[in-house]
Parts: sequence; structure tokens; C-alpha cells
Amino acid sequence: MAHAVERPKDTFRLSMLIYDTRYRSLTIQVIVFLLVMAGAAWLVDNIIRNLSALGKDFDFGFLGVRAGYDIAQRLIPYSQNSTHAMALLVGLMNTLLVAVLGCIMATIVGVMVGVLRLSSNWLVARLMTVYVEIFRNVPVLLWILLIYTVFTEASPAPNAFRPDPQTGEVTKTLFLGLFAITNRYTAIPNLQFEQGLGSLDLGLFSLNLTFAAVVVLLAIGLYVRSRIIRHATAVQHATGKRPQTWWKSLLVVFLPTILLCIALGAHFDLPVLRGFNFVEGLNVSNSLMALWLALSLYTGAFIAEIVRAGILAVSQGQSEAAFALGLRPRRTMNLVILPQALRVIIPPLISQYLNLMKNSSLAIAVGYLDLRGTLGGITLNQTGRELECVLLMMLIYLAISLVISSGMNVYNSRVKLKER
Amino acid sequence: MSDTDAQSVFFMRDTMLPQVPPPAGQSGPVRWLRENLFSGWFNTILTICGLIALYFLLRGLLPWFAHSVWTADTLSECRQIIAAKWGPDATGACFAVVRERWTQWLFGFYPRHLYWRPVLTLVLMFVAMAPVLFPGVPRKLMIFSAIYPFLGFWLLWGGSAWVPLGGMAGFVLGYIAWRVLRENRPLVGILVAVVIALLWWLLLAGPVIDLFRSIAPLAIESVRSDRFGGFVLSLTIGVAAIAISLPLGIALALGRQSDMFLIKTLSVGFIEFIRGVPLITLLFTASLLLNYFLPPGTNFDIILRVIIMVSLFAAAYIAEVIRGGLAALPRGQYEAADSLGLDYFQAQRLIVLPQALKISIPGIVSVFIGLFKDTTLVIFVGLLDPLKGITDAVRASIDWKGIYWEPYIFVGSIFFLFCFGMSRYSMYLERRLKRDHR
Repeated sequence: MAHAVERPKDTFRLSMLIYDTRYRSLTIQVIVFLLVMAGAAWLVDNIIRNLSALGKDFDFGFLGVRAGYDIAQRLIPYSQNSTHAMALLVGLMNTLLVAVLGCIMATIVGVMVGVLRLSSNWLVARLMTVYVEIFRNVPVLLWILLIYTVFTEASPAPNAFRPDPQTGEVTKTLFLGLFAITNRYTAIPNLQFEQGLGSLDLGLFSLNLTFAAVVVLLAIGLYVRSRIIRHATAVQHATGKRPQTWWKSLLVVFLPTILLCIALGAHFDLPVLRGFNFVEGLNVSNSLMALWLALSLYTGAFIAEIVRAGILAVSQGQSEAAFALGLRPRRTMNLVILPQALRVIIPPLISQYLNLMKNSSLAIAVGYLDLRGTLGGITLNQTGRELECVLLMMLIYLAISLVISSGMNVYNSRVKLKER
Repeated sequence: MSDTDAQSVFFMRDTMLPQVPPPAGQSGPVRWLRENLFSGWFNTILTICGLIALYFLLRGLLPWFAHSVWTADTLSECRQIIAAKWGPDATGACFAVVRERWTQWLFGFYPRHLYWRPVLTLVLMFVAMAPVLFPGVPRKLMIFSAIYPFLGFWLLWGGSAWVPLGGMAGFVLGYIAWRVLRENRPLVGILVAVVIALLWWLLLAGPVIDLFRSIAPLAIESVRSDRFGGFVLSLTIGVAAIAISLPLGIALALGRQSDMFLIKTLSVGFIEFIRGVPLITLLFTASLLLNYFLPPGTNFDIILRVIIMVSLFAAAYIAEVIRGGLAALPRGQYEAADSLGLDYFQAQRLIVLPQALKISIPGIVSVFIGLFKDTTLVIFVGLLDPLKGITDAVRASIDWKGIYWEPYIFVGSIFFLFCFGMSRYSMYLERRLKRDHR
């Protein structure tokens, strides 16, 4: 009996749609599809009926209308007469500003604390544990409000930095001669160029050419550096000796930028008290400072735990094996431990960065006008277009999230150990 | 050879040396200090930095806490007491505000004579959670756990008992239909159960509830949603969202792992969308946009809307955590389930999920902790959360104008207790469920 019995040609019955595994998944998908379509149609129908009942329409034309409100903290030129679209852009830049600054600071704090928690020093390890537990287990909104209160309630007015008119005695001086924390803003030195390259008008906004030149030079320097490293690796593979690269790297990355800065007459303007306020320097609003510090300290506590877990995940045997092969501690760290720890660290780190970006929408609590404050706040209230504003805001946040996570995923796939 | 040996060995000890204590530097606290604090130049620097930081922290905080005042009616009275006791320049905490207003932080503007209801709800919550959390509790209590959501709703919001009973009846009817049909036609049973429950809720429940209400009201004093505030609000939203988001998250995770293209796409789209936007925008949707999405004229409770949005938000995160747990299971487990002849739901229920959920416990608990902390964001849709809403309300009274640190410390420590407790419980659970031998 070499041939199997031929299956009887069964006729199709309706119940087979449910009980036959060949058709069941199709049935389920068709039902789900119909349900989803019906649900979507119901929602759209409701929206149309609700909008017509309110006498509204669905139109993004309001973005081209004059905004009429001021934004104190801005990275690009903006005035009351600018459009709502410009306000949106200012808000977006503010969101990105605090997110980028926060991510950098949180990474520094997190890596330091994570490593120190593992240190053999009893006192420091305990202090770091206390920091991590306290910051992780309390809402971030509390930290934002608390740090904002420290700035606004516990720091002096700009006036306090003035010498006493009678005695000429100076009660408060600038911290290191550079910074002044006041109850309205933090005055920091401002980078200025004597002869800047001007700016290029791109219609929607203008591009600062000096800034662009520095960025381009840095990018070229980094590219050349990667070529140098690649060359050094090739030489090492060919001859067994690795040429020194660190001074070349420093040279190509920083020298052109420094030369450009000197050529353009870059210098720092220190804050000077004139009248009631600090001038010359850059006055950073306290809301930005509080938001930045709170987000970085809060996220830093989470990153510290991630870093700690990552380092602990690399077993002791790995470093022992590296030592047995004669690798020195620094190369053991770079070639053996770090690549394996990074594989554990990077994925949760990405989601922490995303969390930080999303938490920056709490800026509303301290009056920092980010995307949520401009588009989802004042613009929404002025134009009364909730549907358009909230949908647009969600889309923008979604786009930022997807860009960050895809960028970090590319990096992740590069550091990932290649498994066979 | 032996000759030279014989000459070199010219002394041999034949008695034991008496035991002596180790040198002072090698024992007791000195040794501990040397090993743990000063074991090298770097460690010494670290210790000194730590001590300096600790000194500055304590120098600022200790007197402030030591001078704290617990009985006073206003902030200025507090300051007078501190100045009279510790000198005019002394600073001190004024925890009198906590003593006077703590009910507001806990209960918001809930009617004072009804405080027993939220308290009873909280106590019953622990009873309802006991059979889920601890294995030693009798399983019969599970029935109470099933009833609890409706009971809690009734106790908190009040009104006629027929409303939650009507909601519960839908589940009961569906369950009965499923039990009847389960033996012969399991899938049809599920379908019929869902349809019956939906029909009950959408068509029949309203008139039937009205009928029973007219016969016997069975009502307790009802409390409007805008009276909710403080930790009653936080806990209500947090606990309800946790309970809803866990099954939803499991379903989403399974959907994402599914072979069916449409189900998978929908799950992935939902999860990525929710994870990509801040919770605030979702809460905004709940407060501003839900009116657009629902049929004209419907208007339902803001707390309920917030609970739905927070649950959806948490469910997406839980789905990702569980997906990690599912991915960590060896392929052989799925194959073993298939070879035993289990169908999809049996395999998931008996083999896959118990193991996957066990792996994901730490992640799930940290999502819950995050969710509980995020309940403070409801202030941005006008609900009185304990952190900003109630604190601002307290500060708005003339007596306590200008009080900043004490409310934050009080609210922060309560949040800390809850969240820290949850994380410790997850550690306990992890140890208890650990079945592998390491």
C-alpha cells in the first residue's frame, strides 16, 4: 500500500468556515475587517454629524492665520504677527530642544550613577541607591514642579546681584563669574561671533549660516575620523600593529571648527547686570531649566538601572577570559565587556529616550511653550479647532517617536553582536 | 643533599603559638572602613565627595525638619512659632498644613460624612485582590473578586444599586449562554454569549433597570464625579486602569504574535500609535474629542473617559512587555503544546501564557507603577489630582498661601510608599515563581 487513501472530496458546508482550520483564520479576518470598517464608518459619521451640528468644518487653513501671541523662549525668529504654523514650529523646536538636552544630561547622569551603584565604595553605592529609588518612585510631575519652585522661590531676584548703593558691598556674585541663577531666569554666557556669516532666507524660516557651517565642518571631521579608524584597522589586520589614531582624530574633528570659530571672532559674552536685568549674556527661562533638570534627573534614575543591569549581565568569565588572553583592562572594556553590555542596554535606553521626549509635554505645568503649549494650548483655544489641533499634535509626536526609534534601532543593529 | 638539609634545619617548633587577636588595622570597624571606603586613592576621593554632599544636604534639611511645626492654623502662625522657638532666622517645616488638610489630599471634595465609602472600597479591594495575589487564600473568594468592580463602582459613585447590578447581569447572561453551549459548540457558544451580553446592555438593560428602580430604589446617596479628588481619584483611576489594561494587553500581545495578517497589522498599528504619543494628548482626546467621536447628545462621565484612555495607554505598554515574554519562550514549548493536540486557546492558557507572564512580571509591575504615577496628569483635563490639583486648592486659601515644600513632600512620600511597595512585591513574586535552578 504505497499510496495513501485519496481523501474523499468533501462538499463545502457553511459550518466549515468556523470548524475547519483551513478556513477559520480567513473567516475571523473577514469578520474583524467588517467590524473595523463598520466601527470606522460609525466614527466618521459621528464626526461629520457632530461637526455640522456645531457649524464647524475640518480645515487646516487656520495654520496660515496670524497667531497674535508671544512666545518668550524661541530658537527661531517669531513675533505676534507670525502665523499659527510658525507658532507650531517654535513649539516643535522647543520640544526638541528640551528633549535633546534632556537625553544628553540623562545619559551622563544615568551612566555615572549606574556605574557608581556598582562601585565597591559602600557610602557612594548607598547614596546612589537612595537617589535612584527616590526619583523612580515619585511622579515626574512632582520633580518638575519642585525644581521649578526651587528656582522661582528659593533663588534671589536679579536685583540682589547689585552692589549695595550705600556701602558698595557686593552680597551676591555670579557663580564662577559666569552664571547667575535668579528667580526669573538663569543668566549664562552667550556665544557670539564678531563677523557671522549672516543667514539665508528659506521662505518659511531663515537658516543661520554660521551655525550651519560649524555643523557641516563637524560632520566632515567625523566622517574623516571614521575613515582614519577604518584605515588603522586595515593596517592592524595587515601588519598586526595598530597605528596611533587618537591625536589624528582630535585634529580632524576639532581643529577646523576651532579655526573657523577663531576666524569668525567667536567669544563669550558674560552676563552683566544693567538696570533691573542681566544683559549681554543669554537669559534662559526658569521653566526650561526646571523642565530640563527634572526630566534628566528622573530619566537618569531609570537609565542608571538599565546601565547597571547591562553591566551585571556580562558574566565574570568574560573579563577573566579576556585577561587570560592577555588583553589589558582598557581593551577588555572596549572589546569584550562594552559590546556585550551595550547589546543589553540599547533597547531599553531607546524607550527611555522616547519616554523623556513624551514627558516633555508636561512643560505645560511650568508654562514652557512647547508643541503641547502652542499648538495644543493657545492655538487650540484661540481657534477652537480641537479636532485638527489634537490630531496634528498626535501626528507630530508620533513622527518624532518613529524617527527616534528607527534611528536608534539602526544604531542598535550595528552594535548588536553578530550571531551565526 | 640530606647532609645540607640536616644542617639548614636547626629549629623546629614543637608547641602551638597562643592565639592573638588580629592587628588593629585588620579587624573590626577599621578594617571595614579600609575595605569599603578607603581601599584606594579613587575610592577615597569618592568617599570624601560623598561625605561632602551628604553634609550639605543634611545641613540644609535637618534643621528644617527638626524645627517642624505640627499644630497651627495658618502659615504665618507657623512662622511665628518657629521664630519664637528657634530664633528669627531659623527655618522650619510647617507640617501643620498636612495635619489640618490631610483629608482633602486623601478624599478631595468627597462629602465628609461619606468618607467611609472610599475607605470601605479600599479595604474590600484588598480582600478582592487577596485570592489573585497570594496562593494561600481560599479560591472561593474569587467570586467576590468578580463582583468587586461593580460593588466598588456602587460604593464610590452611589446611586441606585440596580445600575451596577444591570451591568453585572450582562456578564452573567453571557456566562450562562456560554456554559449551556460549551459542550457541543464551543465557538458558537462564545459568539452567542457576546451577542447576548451586548443585546442586554444596549437594548434591555435600560428599561429593566428603570423598572426595578421604580419598584425598589435600593439607592444610597450619589456623589458626582467633580467631587472626586486626591488619592481617591488617583487610586480609582489607577486600579481600574490596571484591571482593564492587563487582559487587554495580553490580547494585544497575542494579536501581535498572530499568524493572521489583519489581526497582526491592527495590533501593531494600535500599539505603535499609542506608544508614540504622550499620555497628555490621549487625555486631551478624552476630554475634548470624545464628544466628536460619539453620537450627538451622548455625554458620559469624565473620570470614566480618563480611565478608558489610561487603560488603552497602559495596555499598549503591557502588550510590549508580554511580547518580550512570549519571544523568550523556547520554540519547543509551542510545538509541545501542538503535539499534545491542544487547540490555540488551550495551548495559550495552559502552556504559553503561564510561562510568558511569569517572565514578564517585573516589566508588567513597572508599567503599573508608571501608570499609577501618570494618574497625576489628570490635572491637565481639569480633575483634581493630589499633586497639583489639591495642592493648588489648599494653597489658594488665604491661610496657607505661600506654602510650597510641605505639600510636595507629603504627596511625594505617599506616592513613594505605593510605588516602592509595588516594586518590592514584584521582587517577591519573581522569587516565588522562580522554578529554574540557577
